[in-house]
Amino acid sequence: MHMNWFKYSSPQTFYPLAGKMIPWFFWAASLLCAVGLYVSFAIAPTDFQQGEAYRIIFVHVPAAWMSMFIYLVMAGWAAMGLALNARLSAMMAQALAPTGAMFTLLALVTGSLWGKPMWGTWWVWDARLTSELILLFLYLGFMALQSSIDDPRRADRAGALLALVGVVNVPIIYFSVKWWNTLHQGSSINMGVAPKMAATMLLGMLLMALAFWMYSVAVALMRVRCIMLERERSSDWVQSLSAKGSK
Amino acid sequence: MNQTWLTVLRRDLLLALRRRSDIATTLFFFVIVSSLFPLGIGPEPAVLSSIAPGVLWVAALLAGMISLSRLFAADSADGSLEQMLLAPQPLAWLVSAKIFAHWLVCGLPVVLLAPLIGLQYAMPNDALWVLVYSLLLGTPTLSLIGAIGAALTLGVRGSGLLVALLVLPLYIPTLIFGAGAVAASAHGMSAEAHLSLLAAVSLLSLVLAPLATAAALRISVE
Amino acid sequence: MLIAQGLACVRGDRLLFKDLGFVLEAGSLLYVLGENGSGKSSLLRMLCGLLTPEQGEILWAGKSIKNHAELYLPNLKYLGHLNGLKDDLTALENLQMGARIAGQDVTATAALAALTAIGIARCANLPVRVLSQGQKRRVALAALWLSRSPLWILDEPFAALDVAATEVLAARISEHLAAGGMTILTSHQDVPIQAKSTVTLSLSA
Repeated sequence: MHMNWFKYSSPQTFYPLAGKMIPWFFWAASLLCAVGLYVSFAIAPTDFQQGEAYRIIFVHVPAAWMSMFIYLVMAGWAAMGLALNARLSAMMAQALAPTGAMFTLLALVTGSLWGKPMWGTWWVWDARLTSELILLFLYLGFMALQSSIDDPRRADRAGALLALVGVVNVPIIYFSVKWWNTLHQGSSINMGVAPKMAATMLLGMLLMALAFWMYSVAVALMRVRCIMLERERSSDWVQSLSAKGSK
Repeated sequence: MNQTWLTVLRRDLLLALRRRSDIATTLFFFVIVSSLFPLGIGPEPAVLSSIAPGVLWVAALLAGMISLSRLFAADSADGSLEQMLLAPQPLAWLVSAKIFAHWLVCGLPVVLLAPLIGLQYAMPNDALWVLVYSLLLGTPTLSLIGAIGAALTLGVRGSGLLVALLVLPLYIPTLIFGAGAVAASAHGMSAEAHLSLLAAVSLLSLVLAPLATAAALRISVE
Repeated sequence: MLIAQGLACVRGDRLLFKDLGFVLEAGSLLYVLGENGSGKSSLLRMLCGLLTPEQGEILWAGKSIKNHAELYLPNLKYLGHLNGLKDDLTALENLQMGARIAGQDVTATAALAALTAIGIARCANLPVRVLSQGQKRRVALAALWLSRSPLWILDEPFAALDVAATEVLAARISEHLAAGGMTILTSHQDVPIQAKSTVTLSLSA
């Protein structure tokens, strides 16, 4: 099988393709989310220790997974954009960042909601929550840097470099925070690994993670389409597109 | 090769010497920030000595950070950055000389002054020594990582605040290991594990940060 | 020999030029003409390797300057809009340190001779901060008397210079070309420079 992948790496061919793909991903996301929520709220057993409150981990854990996964994917696109000087890769990295930040925030909020009934406080400096907080800072830094540089080419490349520096640092930060946490004898309840993980619980989490994944793809594609139009507003293909639209 | 490196170092030190107020600003900032805490918290020696490692480390970190924007800004404005980019020597190598100069000017004075402030915080003697060691190992890392942020935000709107947002999260491991070493020794434990981790982070940033900074500088002149 | 092929430059949204090419041989002068904003400075920065061309490539001695910067840069002396001088250093210190960073060891006597050549020897020990625009430019240009690089790329070297200094500089460039060097420059004034061959490149805005 021989396909010309480079054809899809140019914005004007990718734009309509992405437009066709978005509804599919949205449908997949909604379907998976519906099934996932059903499994997690109706089928998964009540935890004998934590009662019903534990069910928030069906949102929290997949959100935390996605927040880290999206950062990796973003850094991957950024590296590709930097190495191959490909416009589309840099746009993908830029499009992914807000979604990643959103999931990080979701993981933080659900984490603190979960913490209230469990520990009696909204915030504990447990290793996982602290790492998520730092990850949020990394996302915010990436977005702030990109938006404060006017020249899109420079913004892409500076952002890409920052994402790469971040990705080298993430494991070190994660390790240092864990080390700090064990030394200071923080919370002993480990969130995420529920006491007895039933098979249905794992299934619920996986379904939710897949739903989030599909959602991220759909939203990133939508955002990348907007970025393309904005960046290439003076090019022929955008001009002809807007001419067609205004008719 | 060393000749060029030394020239860059000598030039930056000479410039710092002719603008002595820059060195003083960093030091004053460090002293003032660390003097604010007892005023805000209260003078009980037990409380002060328990917060001292964290407070002194955070103050040193912030003092190093406020001086970062100056690292490349003047060079970029007067064109000497362009000349450095066009020098036959690898840019990362020359950049490492600039970072070293920045540390000598902004980091080393803080390291030397820190034990004095530590005395005000009623820190035990052993912990004071560990404080100096840990700052000696850790502050170069702060300059190295900070240089990446300074280069990325060169000539960008609101670069002073932006550099803080970019750099502070990356400082966390250094802060944890550095302050942890001092705290461990203040509690009568061995600081060795912390210090070796701190050294590992320093070595890693020594290798990678000048390369990343050089890449960021090239991006910034485009 | 410097060869440029099919260069294109985009700044922001605007295409400044495309399909630009030339061959510059030993002893020749390349004059880049054009209005403000036509991309003269961008072209010069591109030829130094500071700016990556949108399209096309630049070859020095048959090798791409992007991939073989270590072969190219020792042969290059660039002077842009900015003088590259430190305000708090004296003219002499600036010249000496600048040359050393460019990989060339220069004695104080040689540096002083260069300053004498362009007529500002009396400012040698003054901090650059106190000099006028024209004097600063001359300190930066004095580096051309020290440079051993065959290729000079000069952005508006005659700007802010008086008649006498302009003549001295033109003579120095002619001398460099006669010795087999190459020069690329932009200028708003018409300054006579003797060269084996002169190529003129006009950029339209």
